[in-house]
Amino acid sequence: MFKRLTPPDAPMQKTVIVYFNGRQVTAQDGDTIAAALLAAGVEACRTTPVSGSQRGPYCMMGVCFECLVEVDDVPNVQGCQVHVKDGMQIRSQHGARRLG
Amino acid sequence: MSARIVIVGAGLHGCSAAVHLSAQGHRVTVIDKDYAGRHASGVNAGGVRRLGRHPAEIPLAMAAWERWQRMAEVVGDDCGFRPVGQIMVAENSADLETLAERERQVRSLGFNHEYLITRDELRKRVPALSPHSPGGLACDGDGYANPYRTVTAWRRLAQRQGASFFEGVTVTDLEACGSGWKVQAGTHRFTADILINCAGAWAGTFCQWLGEPVPLAAEAPMLMITERMKPFLGPVIGATSRLLSFKQFENGTVMIGGGIRGEVDPHRQVAETSLGGLAENADTVLSLFPFMNEARIVRTWAGMEAVMPDQIPVLGSSSTSENVIHAFGFSAHGFQLSPITGEIVADLAMGREPSYPIEPFSITRFNGNHSSI
Amino acid sequence: MTTHDLVILGSGPAGMAAAAAAVAHGITAVVVDEQPAPGGQIYRSIETTPIKERRILGNDYWCGEELVDGLDDPRIDYRPGTTLWQLTRQLEVGLLQGDQASMVRARHVILAHGAMERPFPVPGWTLPGVMTAGSGQIMLKSGGLVPSAPVVLAGCGPLLLLLAVQYLRAGVPIAALLDTSSPGQYRDALPLMPGALRNIRTLLKGVGLLAELRRAGVKHVRHVTALEAEGENRLERVRWRCGNDPEWHSLTTPLLLLHQGVVPNTQVTRALDCTHDWDERQLSWRPRTDTWLATDVEGVSVAGDAGGIVGAKASAFQGRLAGLGAAIALGRVNEDQIRAEVKRLRRELKRETAIRPFLDTLYQPAAQWRLPEDNTVVCRCEEVTAGEVRNMAKQGCRGPNQTKSFTRCGMGPCQGRMCGLTVSELLADANGQSVSETGYYRLRPPFKPITLGQLATAAEDISR
Repeated sequence: MFKRLTPPDAPMQKTVIVYFNGRQVTAQDGDTIAAALLAAGVEACRTTPVSGSQRGPYCMMGVCFECLVEVDDVPNVQGCQVHVKDGMQIRSQHGARRLG
Repeated sequence: MSARIVIVGAGLHGCSAAVHLSAQGHRVTVIDKDYAGRHASGVNAGGVRRLGRHPAEIPLAMAAWERWQRMAEVVGDDCGFRPVGQIMVAENSADLETLAERERQVRSLGFNHEYLITRDELRKRVPALSPHSPGGLACDGDGYANPYRTVTAWRRLAQRQGASFFEGVTVTDLEACGSGWKVQAGTHRFTADILINCAGAWAGTFCQWLGEPVPLAAEAPMLMITERMKPFLGPVIGATSRLLSFKQFENGTVMIGGGIRGEVDPHRQVAETSLGGLAENADTVLSLFPFMNEARIVRTWAGMEAVMPDQIPVLGSSSTSENVIHAFGFSAHGFQLSPITGEIVADLAMGREPSYPIEPFSITRFNGNHSSI
Repeated sequence: MTTHDLVILGSGPAGMAAAAAAVAHGITAVVVDEQPAPGGQIYRSIETTPIKERRILGNDYWCGEELVDGLDDPRIDYRPGTTLWQLTRQLEVGLLQGDQASMVRARHVILAHGAMERPFPVPGWTLPGVMTAGSGQIMLKSGGLVPSAPVVLAGCGPLLLLLAVQYLRAGVPIAALLDTSSPGQYRDALPLMPGALRNIRTLLKGVGLLAELRRAGVKHVRHVTALEAEGENRLERVRWRCGNDPEWHSLTTPLLLLHQGVVPNTQVTRALDCTHDWDERQLSWRPRTDTWLATDVEGVSVAGDAGGIVGAKASAFQGRLAGLGAAIALGRVNEDQIRAEVKRLRRELKRETAIRPFLDTLYQPAAQWRLPEDNTVVCRCEEVTAGEVRNMAKQGCRGPNQTKSFTRCGMGPCQGRMCGLTVSELLADANGQSVSETGYYRLRPPFKPITLGQLATAAEDISR
C-alpha cells in the first residue's frame, strides 16, 4: 500500500527492527508504529470489539483511534503516536483487553 | 373526575408520577427546564439496589424491586435491568462487624433480603476481588439498569397515556388560584388543580415559594467508566466504610462510582468532576481490585442530586398548601425507588392513603429549619 | 501544585507564534504537544523530513522553519510527547508524558491544538486501505512514504489538491481525483471573489495547483455525487457516480484517500463548556472568542484553526495576538505599549482571512456528504449507522447526549471526534431543528484515556 521514496539527497536513516505478531519488521528511525506497519504491508492492525471487523490506521494524527495495537504487552496504544524502538513487540489488537 | 396535574421535573420521579396519574385518567403536564433525565435520573450509575438502604426506605425498595422484576410489563421496556446481585464487601474486621450488625438490624425489621457471606463464598462469587476481604453482605436479585433508557421508557409510557411534556421550559412563578395553581413557565401559563414538585436539585426553590423551606443541598456525585475489558465481574460491588459502586457491564466496560462528590458550579448550575475525589474513588478500587491500576478511564462525569441532611427523600403532601405533593431529595439513591414513588404520589394526589409507610419522609421533619441553596 | 504563567497547547503555527510573542514580554511559556516534534500538522516533521527537495512539499511548508527555530528560546519550556488529559475551568492542567501523569496550574492557557479532518462517512470508509488525505501528507512528510500503487483521491478542498500536486511532484501515480464539489459551488462562491482577491497570492496558488494537475493529465473526475469503497476485509475498489448519471464507474485500487475539508478540534473547548457557535459557512462549531481570542472561560484563549478554520498563516498571526493578549491579561504589558504592533497584526489577519468566505463556500461539502445513507457507519468506534441515529430521533432524542444510552454512539475511544459533527447534523435534520439547537456531545476529561493508577498519581500533585 505504501513504499518509501528514497530521494538521493536524503540522509541515511537508521534502521529499527520491531516485531509484529512475532514477525520481524524493518522500520526506520523516526517512524511511528502505524507508519512502519503500513510501510511493511500490514493493512489491518486490529479487529473491532463490536463486530470483529478488520481496521487499519485512518487519520495518522491521533484523532480516530483506529490504529490501536498492543505494544510490549500494553494494549490500546495508538500506533500513530508512538515511535518505533529496537526490539518492540507489537501485536494486533483484538476485542477487549484482559487484566488481572 | 379528571384533574389537571402539573408536575415540575421530568426526571424519573416526575415521569413515574406522570405514568400513574395519566393511567388514572388525569390530564398531566410535565415541565422540565432542560430535558428529561438531564441532571440525575439519566446520568447516574443505574444501581437497582435494596442492599444497604435506610430502614425507612426498605418497604418502598422491596415493592419497587417487584416492579423491576417485570419492568417490561410495567413500561414496555426492561430498561436494561440485569439482576446480577449486589455485594457490600468488608475491607477489614471492623467492616465485617458493621455488616453483621446491619444484617441483624434488617432481620429485626422483618426482612431477609440481605445476608452475610463468608470469605470463601465471597471469593467464589467475586474471584477478581483482592483476597484480603474477610466477607460481605449480599443481596440477590439486586443489580443495575440503564438510567437514560429507563427515563425514556417511563416518559414515553406517560406520553402514550396522554401526558404532555414541555422540555426546555423553566417555571418562574407559582400563583395560588382557588384551590389550585397557576404555573408561569417562560411564555407558557399552566393551570393546575394539583402540583407535584419533582424538581430534584431545584426542588428547594418551590419549597421556599410555598413557605416551607427545606435544608436541601445540591451535590455532584461522580462517575468514571473504563474502556472495554474482558469479563471478570458478575455482581455489583460496594464497600462498607468507603464510598464505592463498582460494576462491569455486558459490553465489558467498568463503571466506578459510589457517591464521591465533585463540585456544583452554582453560577452555571451544573455538576463538575474533581480530580481529588476521582483519585479517592480510584484508591478504593485499587485496594479491592489491584489489577485495575492499568485499567484506562475513558470518560468521567457528575450529576446533580438533591441531598437531604438525613439522606432520605421528602415524599408526601405539602405542609403549607393544599394540592401540592413533594417527591424530591432522594440523596443520590432514588433510581431504584422510582417505580413506587409515582404510585405514592398518585395516591396522595387523589386523597388516598398510600400503600407504603411514608411518615419518615414528611416535609414537616424540617420544620423551622433554614432555607435551601 | 506548580503554577505556570502560561500553558500553550499545540506547537503548530499558532502555538509557536503565541509562545514567541509571550516570552518577548517576559512570560515563561510552557508549550505542550502530543507529537514528538514541533510543527503541528501543517509543518509536520519539518526538522526531520527526508523529503529535502523543497519543490515537492512547497514553500508554504518550508516557511514554517522560522517559527520552529523560535522554539529554541530558553524562556520557552517546550514539552514534546506530552498529552493533555485534563483542563478545568480553574485552569488545572493534567499532563501525561510517557507513563507519568501530573497536574499543574496555569494563570493563562492558550489552546492552539488545531483542526482535524471533517468526517467523510461513505459506504466502506472503515475498510483498511481507506485513509485521509491528511494521513497521506503525514506519511509523506514524516517518513517519505508514498502510495505504492496508483492512488485514488476523493473529496474536495485545497488540502486535497495540495496533496495531489505534492504526489505529482514526487512522482507518485494518481489513478484519479474524484472531485465531490458541485458546479453550483463555483457560482455560489463567485460573489465572494472580491474578498478572495484581497489575498490574491492564496487565490493564485489554488489556481496554480489545478493547472499543474491539468498539465500532468491527472484524471480529474468532476461533480461526483456518489462514492463507495468496496472490498472483503480490505479496500479492493472504489465506485462512483457523477451528476445525475445513474451509471456507476469503478477503479481497482488498494488505497483511497478521502478529504472534505478540516474542522476545528473542539474536544477541549467543549469539555470546558466554552460557548460554541455553529458556523453556517464552515459547517462546523467554533468556540466563541473576543477580539483578543479569549473564550468565555476566564483565562482561556484559542488561537489558530482550533477557533475556526483560518489556515496556517492566519494561525500564526492569531497565535501572536493571543500571546500578546495573555501578556496583557497577566499584567506584563499594557495595551498602549503594543498598540502599533497589534494594529498591524489585526490588519494582516484581516487580509489573510479575507479569502475564507470564498474558499469556505467553494469547498463546502454538499449535504449528502454530511448526511449519509442509513446503512453507512457514522460512529466508527462503536459501529453505529446513520439509520440508527435517525431512529433515535424518531424515539424523541433531540440531541446527541440523549442517544448515548441507546446506542454507544460517541462512547468509544475517539470520544466522538469522528462522529460528533455527523451525529449533530443527522439529528438536526431528522428533527427539523437547527444544528445550533441540537447541540453536541457533552465532553469531559480525560481527553485521552488515562489509567486509574496514573489518575491516582496525578492527584498527588494537588497537595504538593
